[in-house]
This record gives sequence, structure tokens and C-alpha cells, in this order.
Amino acid sequence: MTTVENTTAQPIDDGTVLSFSGLDVKFNTEFGRVHAVKGISLEVRPGEVLALVGESGSGKSVTSTSALGLLPRNATINGAINVAGNSVDTMTDRALRKMRGDDVAMVFQEPMTALNPVLSVRTQMVEALELHGKAYGKAADARAIELLSMVGIPDPEKRLYQYPHEFSGGQRQRIVIAMALSCDPKVIIADEPTTALDVTVQAEILDLLRSLKDELNTGILLITHSMGVVADMADRVAVMYKGDIVEQGSAREVLTQPKHDYTKRLLDAVPRLGSRGETEPVVQGEGPKALEVNDLVVEYHRQGKEPFRAVDGVSLSVKRGEIVGLVGESGSGKSTIARCALGLIPAASGEVAILGEDITKMRRKPLKALRKRIGVVFQDPASSLNPRLPVGDCIAEPMDVHKIGTSKSRRDKVAELLDAVELPRDVANRYPHELSGGQRQRVSIARALSLDPELLVADEPTSALDVSVQASVLKMFTHLQEQYNFGCLFVSHDLAVIDMLADHVVVLKDGKVVEQGARHQVLADPQEEYTKRLLMAAPVPDPDEQRARRLERYEFMKEIGEEDHGLHLEEAPTREDLMGRSAGGEGKMPPGVSGGN
Amino acid sequence: MSEDRRDSAMQGSPEPLPHAGSEIDDPQFTDKSYSQGQLVRRRFFRHKGAIAGLAVLLFITLLAFTSIGVGGISGWWDKDYTSTGTVLNGGQPTMGWFYLGEHPFGQDSTGRDYFARVMRGTQVSLIIAFVVGIASTMIGTVIGAVAGYFRGWAESLLMRVTDLFIIIPLLVFAAVLGRIAGDSGIFVFALVLAAVTWTGLARLVRGEVLSLREREFVSAARAIGTGNWRIILRHILPNTVGVIIVATTFAIASAILLETALSYLGFGVQPPDISLGSLISEYQTAFTSRPWLFWFPGIFILAIALSVNFIGDGLRDAFDPRQGKDG
Repeated sequence: MTTVENTTAQPIDDGTVLSFSGLDVKFNTEFGRVHAVKGISLEVRPGEVLALVGESGSGKSVTSTSALGLLPRNATINGAINVAGNSVDTMTDRALRKMRGDDVAMVFQEPMTALNPVLSVRTQMVEALELHGKAYGKAADARAIELLSMVGIPDPEKRLYQYPHEFSGGQRQRIVIAMALSCDPKVIIADEPTTALDVTVQAEILDLLRSLKDELNTGILLITHSMGVVADMADRVAVMYKGDIVEQGSAREVLTQPKHDYTKRLLDAVPRLGSRGETEPVVQGEGPKALEVNDLVVEYHRQGKEPFRAVDGVSLSVKRGEIVGLVGESGSGKSTIARCALGLIPAASGEVAILGEDITKMRRKPLKALRKRIGVVFQDPASSLNPRLPVGDCIAEPMDVHKIGTSKSRRDKVAELLDAVELPRDVANRYPHELSGGQRQRVSIARALSLDPELLVADEPTSALDVSVQASVLKMFTHLQEQYNFGCLFVSHDLAVIDMLADHVVVLKDGKVVEQGARHQVLADPQEEYTKRLLMAAPVPDPDEQRARRLERYEFMKEIGEEDHGLHLEEAPTREDLMGRSAGGEGKMPPGVSGGN
Repeated sequence: MSEDRRDSAMQGSPEPLPHAGSEIDDPQFTDKSYSQGQLVRRRFFRHKGAIAGLAVLLFITLLAFTSIGVGGISGWWDKDYTSTGTVLNGGQPTMGWFYLGEHPFGQDSTGRDYFARVMRGTQVSLIIAFVVGIASTMIGTVIGAVAGYFRGWAESLLMRVTDLFIIIPLLVFAAVLGRIAGDSGIFVFALVLAAVTWTGLARLVRGEVLSLREREFVSAARAIGTGNWRIILRHILPNTVGVIIVATTFAIASAILLETALSYLGFGVQPPDISLGSLISEYQTAFTSRPWLFWFPGIFILAIALSVNFIGDGLRDAFDPRQGKDG
């Protein structure tokens, strides 16, 4: 890759709304220079969705932030960035501020933090309009209302005056999108716009973006790590790996006939629903129960209000040697059940029997003895290990607490466990911050297994990991489960992951069990409407299949009378039309040459 | 943030693609990795102000303790701070550019060597400052950690007690207690000061503990049956070390000023013992006729307080990972 120097940057008007040519970004850090983006070239045309795919650390976000001129001061940028025909790197601060919002708008990942909680939605929307001189006073209010109704917020006249906390996560993301649209930008940069959302909400937001793009002829640069989202939205795809674009082409080409090894590997790693087919139950009949939850109720106390019922009359059981998947959207109470099963939060009523003993009524001593037989893996690899303890001490901590073995035998056990989770033995002397997310999660699993537990509670252990890392961790997990034969309560929001792992599935909604049964039975032939909705909303990494699934979902929503009002869900220009424009655009495109035209 | 950068630094190496099936995040540590302690040390030693502060503080400490000696061991300076003598040349300082002379800092009205007195005052002030800093840190850490970790009635009680200590004006409170304890020697006096200055740290530590106890590694520790005290000592407190060290440094700086103020008002160190504050108080009337009796202890107070503050600044920057580095 050659580095294009700043001097070559000239306004080129070739019909693109956003283009990078030879973009090269380096950061100066305490540890020397980091080469984050290595001379890449990309174009986004009006009305087109370009998906930038890659794992964390591949440079996707750095690329998009550079278009807004928002990189931190320690960045050295080379190459040309053009937004709507203007070169970003020669702009003054004033021109940059005008460009942000007017020409480029950004939709962020986390709708919870992208809106200011102390300002009303009106204030925040009108601010953008007034700053850019689009509308003032009454006219600005009217425009804000129009934008809100455009993104499908019901009753916008009233809701305009509400505060962000009065909206749900999906609605907040809609508001963020409405704000991004407020100045009719030529291109929208959506940085993981649906990652923080539940699948059903994700499907709605993607529908919204799709209909808006066709309506307003805006270009969208969609940054994501989810191949399903790519299949659902993108016209073209660029795959980024270690700061380089390794493959670029139409969505169908890249997703169905990947050329580069990395893309193939990424696609192979995506868990797919229904790929495992029907399997025999691992535990026949009534095995010994590792965990039995009976009519469990958990309440959170709120000051001056009725207690909030997070779990309401849930019953489930985990047999020895069986993996039970607990699925549900955020707020369904799945993590609460897991924490209650660990004795971390008290139950309001009902019983939680671990290995035959009810922990809700236990005293401290026997409870400690019982905890020896339970292992736990949490979601966030960054926070589940004590940053001040070397990895070896972390893994040995449970043995230390329960005073098992001598220091020599503990060291041997740590080495054995590191082998089991496929980490090199010298990792024992490292600190958690020196490991990657996937490696840290392996350490968590090793720690959970250090006392040979009979029950393992895993709370979203892979949802913070990249797909390819997730795939290898899950593979290892299944292998360990066969080897150690523990019963496992596996909490996840990802149906495909549950499909890969679980023997038995429990679907939760608002603290209640909606449906439960054998994996194949629940996931292949769901009986309840909610389960069906969940399954239909999960995107698959194949554009054609995904389109069929989407139409099927629209039908289903119509059937149950839940249509997304205000959106244009009629079929937009067909994939083939869009494909024609970018056919032939594969691999890296030379700067300045638009792909295939 | 720096960690993220490091991650990308690792991935940024132009390695061939690992073959299919292997994990992408292989540990290709192309750059040297540092433990947290090493990182802090590196950043601290790059902070010029902090290094200058450290040098000045070390110099003053060495000077004060070696010159007149401490606890019966005599130092290299041949005069002591109590014996009187004849006043030479009106008690003027004899110190020049490259020589000290008989009385480098001059003499007071009864002919006592002022260098020896200032050194003794510095010793006392430093001892009090460090004892106060360390003792108040210990009290504050224990109270903050217990309140933050156990919540419930323990937290309510301890935090109300903290509030109680905060609402009483510090100087008045310290003056009353200090007057009672002043006669029992400087260590008792220092412990009394510590007993009224731990409040800020207690609140700080409680806040840290409140956020740490919600972290998953604490949940994980509880889930495997770790006892409460073990969780506090092994999992929570080591993670608050940065905050505590920084707060301690600033507590030391403010203890010097508090002791000086109290001694100046006559509530602190009692004669025959002296501190920098009591020196200023003793000779305040001589300001017009013998200004050096005022200047020298003043300069030492300033130098100590400033250097400790600079060290605290450097430590805070070293422990704060969010500080960016400009290219």
C-alpha cells in the first residue's frame, strides 16, 4: 500500500457523497506509533449502503471518524477524504462544523448515551436545526415533529417535549436517526447502529434505515461486525482486517462467494440457526438435577414505589451433563435468574435448589461449601477478572478460598486448566490487560472450572466477543462440557448461539417463561408468537435468504396486526438493480475509480 | 483508551493471516508489555514537575535530618536549637554565595542559632505531615471501604459520622483537640490531626468501592464463596490504590499547612519544641527589624508544600489512564 500525501487532495466531483482514497491513519501513543488504517480507498454513492465489516481493532471506526474530522490530536492522517465533493483535510474548523450535520451525519452505537439526558428531545433536535440555519422557532418545532413522525415515533407532537429516559432504547435510536436526518445530509455514517439493541428492535431499525435511504436518496456508510445486518442492509461490502481492506464487492458476491481467506473465515464463524439439525437429548429421562428453579419470583425494591418484579413465577431445571439455554431480550430477567441461581440476589419467593439443596434458605457455612460446586462465567471479559491479579492467581483463587490443595498442586491445576482452555502456560504470569477479550474469557472459563463444578452458570459469555473469537470459544466450551460433564445454565440473547450449544431452551419475556422444551422443538417449530417473532427477526448472512425472511416477517407482523406505521415496507428497488451498479467491484479499487461504472 | 490502542498495536503488525480455525487474537506481542506498576512509574518519571518536587523534598528532608541529627544522634551541624549565645553582628545571616559562616540563617534575639532552629522546625513539620497523611489515609480507607462495601446501616452510620466531622470548622475542631493533645508530644498531636482530616478520603474511597463492587470480578468472587473481608482486601482495595496514593499526597501537603496554621495560632506544637509555624508565630513581631527570622521558615513551608503538591500532581497524572498524549 502506498501512502498518498496530503498534496494530492483535490475536490473531485464524481458522483460520490463520501470517498476515501489512500486513507492512512497513524496514532502516536506512549508505546510508539500505531498504524490503524493502512491506505484504504472507499466510495459511497447517493442512495447506496456501503457496509464496512471487520472485527474490533480493525480500523472501521477510525475510518468513519476521519470523515467527520474528529480524530484525536495524536493522529497523523494522510490521503484524501472527500465529503460531497469537498476535501475534508483542507477545511477550516468553521467549515468542518458546517459540514458535520449538513453533509455528513452520524448515528452512534449506544442510544442510551448519544442523547443528553437533561435536555428534552425538542431542545436537542431544534438545536441542530437552528445551528445550521435550517429553521427557527415554530418552524423548527414543526420540522422536528415531521422528522419524528418520519422515523415512526407515535404521537410526535406530544412526545417532542419529553426527555430521553421516557423513550425505549429502540425509540431513542429512532430519535438519534431523526436528528441525523434533520439537515438532509448527503451521507449518514452509522457506527454499529443496532449492536446495542435486541433482535426484534434491530429488525425495526434496519427497516427504518432502509426506507429512509430510498426515500431521501442518502448514502449510508454502515459500520458493523454482524454479517446478518450486512445481508439485510448493504448494497456493497468492504471487509476490513488489521487496517486494510481485504475484499470489496457487492453484498451478494462477498457473502455468498467470498474470495479472501479472512472473509471466508469470518462467514464460517457466524453461528447459523438450524445448522445443527435434530439431535438426541444428551440426558435421557430423569437424571440428577444440577439446578432446579421452582416458581421463582425476584423483586427489586424501589424507593417510594411498588417493587419491580424482574422475574415472575419462573420454573426450570438443569440436569447434570445438560446445557439449558435461557433466551430473551434485554429486560426479560434472564441475567437476574442466573444471578439468583448463584445466590447473588435474594429471591422474593419460590425456591432455587442447587444440587438438591435450596439456597434461598441456607446459612453461610453450608452455602460456602455449596458454592465450591458451582462455577460462573460472566459477560464482560474486561471486568470479570481482577486487573490487579496475575492470571494464574485469578484461576487459583477459588482453590485458595476453599483451601484446596497445596500451592504446588494448585499450580499444577492452573497449568492443566490453561491447557484445557487452549492457552499457553506462561499466560499464568501475565496480567488481564495484556490479554485480548477472547483470551480473557478463556481465563474466566478456566477459573470457573478450577473446582470441577457440577453446575456452571454462564451469563452471556460470548456476547462481548468478535464472531470468530466467539466461534472458537463456543467450540472449546462444548468440548469442555463433554469432558467435565457439568450441568450448565447458559444465558444468551443470541438464538443462533443457543441453537449451537443448548439441549434444552427456555424463552423468557418480561420475567415470565413463554415457551420451553427441547432445543430442536422450540427453535424449529415454535408454538408461541413471541418465539416466532424472535426467530424471524434474527438476520442470516445471505442477502437472498435474508430478503425472503424479511418478507415473511412483514407478512407475519401483518397477521398479528403489528405493522410499523409510517414506514414504506413495499419492496424497494430489487437487489438485482442495485447489484448492477457495483458488479465487478471486487478487491481493492484504485483511488478515484468508481467500482464497475 | 491506551489499552485499546495497544490492542490495535498488536494487530497492527504485518503478520501473515493465521490459518483458518486458529483464534485471531493470538498473542503476537510485538511490543513490550508493561504491568500496571511499570506503566505508572514510567509516566511518573516523565513528569518533570513531579521529579523536581521529589528532588526538592528529598533534599529538604535529608538536610533537616542530617544537619542537627535526630533522636540523640548528632548531625554535621555543630550547634543545637536550644542553647543561647552572644548575638554577633545584630544576628544577621552570615550565609554568602559559597560559604555558610558561623550562623548561616542568623541568630534570634537571645543568640540561638537560627539554622538549627529552622532545621528542627522542618523536622517536626515533616514528621507531623507524614504521620497525619498516613494515619488519616488509614482511617479514611477503612471507613470508606466498609461503608461502600457493606452498604445498609453501616454505610448510613459511617457517612453520617463523616458528615458530622465535615460540618465542624476544621481549624476550630483541630485547635481545641490540638490544645488538649499539644503537651503530649508531636506524635499525639499528629494523630489528633489525623482524626479530624480523614473525611475527604473516606468519601473518595467509598465512591470508588461503590463502583468497584458492581464489577463482575467482584460478583465472580462472591459466587465462588469468597468472604467479605477477603473481597475487600484482595479484590477491591488493590484497585483503589491509585486514588488512595494521590489523596494521601495531597493530605500530606494540606497537613503541613494545617499544622503551620495551628502552631502559628498557638494551638499546635508547644515550646520548648518548635515547628515551622511556631517559629513564624514566635518572631512575627520581629518582621521589620529582623526579617530573616520570618523569611527562612516561610520559604521552607512554601518549598515543602509546593514540592509535595507537585508530586501529587505527577502521581495523579500517572494513575489516570485517560490522559491523552499529544503527538
